[in-house]
Amino acid sequence: MTSTSSSVAGQAPLGGPPPPRSVWSRWGPALAFVGPAFFLLLFYYIYPTIETIRRSFISNSGKEFVWFDNYKQIFTDDILLTAIKNNAIWVAVVPASVTALGVIFAVLTERIGWAIAFKFAVFAPLAISLFAAGIIWRATMYDRDPSVGSINHVIGVIKGAVGPSGVLTKANPSTPDLAGSSKAGFTLDKTLQSGDTALLGLTAIPPDEVPGDAKQAVEPQPAQDGISGVVWRDFSPGGGEAGKVEQGELGIPGATVDLLDDSGKKVDSASTESDGSFTFPSLGPGSYRVAVDKTTFVAPFQGVSWLGSKLIVPSIMIAYIWTAAGFAMVVIGAGLAAIPRDVLEAARTDGATEFQVFRRVTVPLLSPVLGVVFITQVIGVLKVFDIVLAISPGSTLKDATVVALEMWRKSFSGQNQFGVGAALAVFLFVLVIPVLLLNIRRFRRENVGG
Amino acid sequence: MATAEAVEGRAVVVPRPESKAERVARFTAKVPVHLFLLIVGLLWLVPTFGLFMISIFDPARSATEGWWRVFSDPSAATLHNYTALFQNEDLVHALIVTALVTTGATILPVIIAALAGYAFAWIDFPGRDVIFIVLIGLLALPIQMALIPIFKLYNTLGLYDTVVGLVLFHTAFSLPFSIFLLRNFFVGIPKDLMEAARIDGASELRIFFRLILPLGVPAVASLGIFQVLFVWNDLLVGLTLAQSNQPIAATISLQLRQFGSNLDLIAPAAFVSLIVPLTIFLAFQRYFVQGLLAGSVK
Repeated sequence: MTSTSSSVAGQAPLGGPPPPRSVWSRWGPALAFVGPAFFLLLFYYIYPTIETIRRSFISNSGKEFVWFDNYKQIFTDDILLTAIKNNAIWVAVVPASVTALGVIFAVLTERIGWAIAFKFAVFAPLAISLFAAGIIWRATMYDRDPSVGSINHVIGVIKGAVGPSGVLTKANPSTPDLAGSSKAGFTLDKTLQSGDTALLGLTAIPPDEVPGDAKQAVEPQPAQDGISGVVWRDFSPGGGEAGKVEQGELGIPGATVDLLDDSGKKVDSASTESDGSFTFPSLGPGSYRVAVDKTTFVAPFQGVSWLGSKLIVPSIMIAYIWTAAGFAMVVIGAGLAAIPRDVLEAARTDGATEFQVFRRVTVPLLSPVLGVVFITQVIGVLKVFDIVLAISPGSTLKDATVVALEMWRKSFSGQNQFGVGAALAVFLFVLVIPVLLLNIRRFRRENVGG
Repeated sequence: MATAEAVEGRAVVVPRPESKAERVARFTAKVPVHLFLLIVGLLWLVPTFGLFMISIFDPARSATEGWWRVFSDPSAATLHNYTALFQNEDLVHALIVTALVTTGATILPVIIAALAGYAFAWIDFPGRDVIFIVLIGLLALPIQMALIPIFKLYNTLGLYDTVVGLVLFHTAFSLPFSIFLLRNFFVGIPKDLMEAARIDGASELRIFFRLILPLGVPAVASLGIFQVLFVWNDLLVGLTLAQSNQPIAATISLQLRQFGSNLDLIAPAAFVSLIVPLTIFLAFQRYFVQGLLAGSVK
């Protein structure tokens, strides 16, 4: 980068052409060369900039001069405040993340033989439009349904492997004998010996949660040298008697029942049959308790709502980082390659660890490049538009929106609020002015004494 | 490495050549790095690959089943979505518009910027430095500043919803970057060459075509690739300045409201819209990276 711009900076050639004969022959060539660009810039940059600033002080209808009313609206309208807040979050999170990922990838790929393949994988999304990137993530990754959305699918698989979901989500005990809650499980408040039976009645179960294969519950028969029992829905239309297995009451299949010893330690567990019955056979002497395990009430994984109002902003930022990390990696990688090897070798010879070399030598030498990457990302993030539009469902667009998107929506999506739209454009312009000045300063510095 | 072993209290280490054990140790030390990069690299490919799978997934099933099901049941793969796409007149028209706008808005700015870049680099004219500083300032100007006035102007001039209007807009908005890139490249051309040409009495035009352009091919190529990707991938300008002649991204965006139900149209359309720039990028990656490094200020 510096190799071209820091070299001789367009000084006029010495000993130029002989003294001019006329104005045209002197400036004509320059005009011919610069003219087309000059007129296009005048027409598309200078005039619109002035006009947009003027428009931002005029009412939406275009009739009255309203001073700063349009700007006031930016800072009072709820949706516009959300947009500003979201832009602030973007600026705080994304450029730093992208730069950090770029450093990590650039440093690590220096050490492997197949760096090209990796770089291609990470760099390729840069060629894709942010709009298409948004569609990609919305279609493949973020769907809430774990059987459609990749991320929720993976989470569901992991959760299923860690602890399978239960058959119910919640219930109440039907008699005071059963103590506890669906969060902690229900323990029968009664000690049992071999040959006893246990009645574990539950109520307040939503009808659609009762498993489809549930059958009429059956009063448990005492087992000879074990404990038997039933877990059932102790409720039948019209009431019924609590704590009694009656006609029309269904067993709960698949419930997990624990057998606890005197001290409350779990010694065994069983799963109920389709009529709700369970048995713990061949028990020795001693007293036991039984409990419906809390895992019976673990709701199946519904999927994280990535595009819901809470997570929509981070979700979009992740997709954006996916597209931008390759840019950072390549630019920083080129910066790394430009660091003289002998400087690093000298540090290593002096006994510095790899990490010290990285922190004390590499990063400081790299800082101009890191600055360029960071600032480029800040500008990109301030103007972010396409990816927000592509990922947000209509219902959460108001939670995900950003300034550039609102500028467009206010002006062109049928709202015709050109005054507010112009004010938003000027607002964006003001935000990038520091960057603009920085660019100019950097250019002048690089070209001084060139 | 030698010091580490000495610390462990081994016998005196004979430096180099590297022993087999050391090579193995060096390799195993790198295993976590290889593994990490392998996983990250694969993760990075998954989303794009997933979109491709959805685009060939039987639409009756893609609404309720994940794209990975195509692996376990290849019979669910179909080209039907693509044949439907290419029979959809709106989308085919949008692709043609995109191709036309991209072609025009690549060739035109390259020519205009090369001329201006040469002048800024090698012709002395009054106000040159000031104008160039302004140009650098314009690099960061948000496109949003131009949308409302140009929209109104285009409506008056009859340029709204035309390919020409889109080409001119993209051309103008590429100029600060394009001129900056080419000027910086041209400045690096050896002064001796320029002076020799001028002493030989070559006209500026002759110098430009015979000397500057041939030497500038790499920079012009970089710029061309950039511009193709930038214009092809545009959504905002197409959405704002056209209606029945919108490019592909803008056309797809109108379908977003029924995202779930017409995924069989959106997915292949999005895939076609991204495979074109991706192919160009792959074919000319070298120029792309050069341009990126030369002008990463935009």
